[in-house]
Amino acid sequence: MKGGEAIIKSLTDEGVDVVFGYPGGVLLPLYDVIYDSDLRHILVRHEQCAAHAADGYARASGKVGVCIATSGPGATNLVTGIATAYMDSSSIVALTGQVVTPLIGKDAFQEVDTLGITIPITKHNFQPMTPQELPSVIKSAFYIAGTGRKGPVVVDLPKDVQELEMEFEDDIKIDLPGYKPTTKGHPLQIKRAAELIVNSSKPVILAGGGIIASNSFSELFRLSETIVAPVTTTLLGKGSFPEDHPLSLGMLGMHGRKTANLIVDDCDCLIAVGCRFSDRTTGNVAEFARKAKIIHIDIDPAEIGKNVDVDVPIVGDAKIILENLVEEIKRIKRGERTKEWLNYVKNFKKSWIPRMSFDDVPLKPQQVIKEIWETLSEDTIVTTDVGQNQMWMAHYYTSKRPRKFISSGGLGTMGFGFPAAMGAKVAKPEEDVVAVCGDGGFLMVSQDLATVREYDIPVVICILDNRYLGMVAQWQRLFYDERLSHTHLGDVPDFVKLAESYKVNAERVEKPGQLRETLSDALKSGEPTLIDIIIDAEEILPMVPPGRGLTEMVGEYKVENENMGEDRTYNKQSQGKVGD
Amino acid sequence: MEDQRTHIISALVLHKPGVLQRIAGLFTRRGFNIDSITVGTSEHADIARITIIAKGDERVLEQITKQLNKLIDVIKVRDLDPESTVKRELCLIKVHAPSEQVRSEVVQYASIFRGRIIDVSPETLTIEITGASDKIDALIDMVRSFGIKEIARTGPTAISRGTKTI
Ligand SMILES: Cc1ncc(C[n+]2csc(CCOP(=O)(O)OP(=O)(O)O)c2C)c(N)n1
Ligand SMILES: [Mg+2]
Repeated sequence: MKGGEAIIKSLTDEGVDVVFGYPGGVLLPLYDVIYDSDLRHILVRHEQCAAHAADGYARASGKVGVCIATSGPGATNLVTGIATAYMDSSSIVALTGQVVTPLIGKDAFQEVDTLGITIPITKHNFQPMTPQELPSVIKSAFYIAGTGRKGPVVVDLPKDVQELEMEFEDDIKIDLPGYKPTTKGHPLQIKRAAELIVNSSKPVILAGGGIIASNSFSELFRLSETIVAPVTTTLLGKGSFPEDHPLSLGMLGMHGRKTANLIVDDCDCLIAVGCRFSDRTTGNVAEFARKAKIIHIDIDPAEIGKNVDVDVPIVGDAKIILENLVEEIKRIKRGERTKEWLNYVKNFKKSWIPRMSFDDVPLKPQQVIKEIWETLSEDTIVTTDVGQNQMWMAHYYTSKRPRKFISSGGLGTMGFGFPAAMGAKVAKPEEDVVAVCGDGGFLMVSQDLATVREYDIPVVICILDNRYLGMVAQWQRLFYDERLSHTHLGDVPDFVKLAESYKVNAERVEKPGQLRETLSDALKSGEPTLIDIIIDAEEILPMVPPGRGLTEMVGEYKVENENMGEDRTYNKQSQGKVGD
Repeated sequence: MEDQRTHIISALVLHKPGVLQRIAGLFTRRGFNIDSITVGTSEHADIARITIIAKGDERVLEQITKQLNKLIDVIKVRDLDPESTVKRELCLIKVHAPSEQVRSEVVQYASIFRGRIIDVSPETLTIEITGASDKIDALIDMVRSFGIKEIARTGPTAISRGTKTI
């Protein structure tokens, strides 16, 4: 068969049922095979959306997402999406076209060094120079993308390699002598961790995206309940523990819950699982969890000790390690942990319940998020874009199940939310999918309204319309003397009309209470829908200024019960602006 | 800075196009400073051995080895113990030597350092020397006053003493 046929057969053998792509000159042979294959191909309207859609597909399903782009500009348009997947350890395989092998290195038309460009943003990349290599290269690509610490893999496909004849053998071997991900944790370290935990009096668990990637939701739950430890999460860890559970503290970090930030500061044992201690999570590392012994469980040995010094490192698959850890703890358990810690956490949480109900017009973002979660079920998949919209969601939205909260964490890519939702909906057609976007970020990818219309992908897009690059404006308000340099977006477009021009249903929401009905109708309609929600541009998210410790939040932290939050002794920080 | 020691990192990598780019890119991106890197074949035709000399504290070195290990084309990485490692470098020095007297002095120095003259021209002598880097430095210092036209050093390569392999 031809190389192109071998590519499609290899994809099918890997269980791929859909690809997001955009053709071009050097991909003609491959697209000619796609033309009458059973593989579902979704033509996006910009390659960046193909990569984000593949990423959203992967995060929602746990399978490997696939995107395709042509050489040169096609490949460079994928770059943002590949880097996004890389930073968040998301499994995608990106197929890129390349000029014919004799022309490589000659600056041929639409030639770009795709391998060179993507080395720093992929887990690995390949460029098969003969069609014979295709089956094993593609098999290796999927294996690498979907195992160990997951990540994107690029396969660069010269045009002649797609065209030439080859023999597809039955028995495809992959030979990766340098790739052997660790799975089982070291028994001695597990023992040490168990001792530490049993002897601690104020343990806290920090759960990252690794819990979701390793499907260890129930193992985490068991650990938390066994040792009676509250759980906080990173942004990517949202949904790894039910946030309505009494032991949940919500998200930690720069825009984290006050409870989480203060309790992590106070704990004596921090069990971090599947997270990489990013600066957005830890604040100033020198001040991070100073009183705590830290146990770090991660599948990537290079994450251990990279940002934070740890007392007990355990490298391996979180699922296996957590299981062993719980067994070990049960084996050595001496007496009951005092109820004190649990009661303290419970009471403490009560004093910092963030206030969400507001009847103001324009709508307060908190009220918007409240109406969103009141309307959605725990099975709804929500994606977010980047900026304030993302942090309003991360802070206020109660996520209960894994793979239901999808957001670009590490790279913070504006334009991620909508195409990721598209990918998630394709992966999980039976679930409702809602993208919460900023007006700025959505405009970076709005052309793909055409895609959701053409392919009837009924996602609901909620635009938190503040006519600002809100997050940047927030920093300008807080740290740059309110000098709003180039962050006002002006009056256009009319998002409702924009959507309508793509024959996508659209509604505008301006008053409290309105969103519930509009959103629920949109979901019931089974049609792609855009909801333009006009919000108050001046509402500030409380935050930890960069370089500060997690307890030093600025911006008013509005709580449900105003008088309860004041009995803290060690929370001496003022709630004014930075610098005072 | 605590304990800024010189480390000898030995790595076995797949002999494939792009491997060096992956490794060099990693060093640049992560801000690791390396003194030298040498690449050559190993005992297996499809595996190359890379020797990296880098200064840094334990934390930096641990990151370097771990990040290298993460590369799919890197098979093995070891931070070699300097005590039980033999480390050698090759250096070619082209010395300006137009007169009889200079020539004989250069030849003498070369032989003291167990170097050899491998090329002669009316104006120059080229010395070949292998050894530990400080020995090479010393020879270079000795002949510097004659005028050095060119130096080509390979950077050290290294292997464990005795039966141990990486
Ligand atoms: C591609 C990209 N460009 C720039 C940024 C920097 N940035 C972070 S948040 C933000 C503002 C986002 O504005 P909008 O999408 O309207 O969301 P809002 O913060 O108003 O909710 C910007 C410009 C980014 N994260 N990504
Ligand atoms: Mg905005």
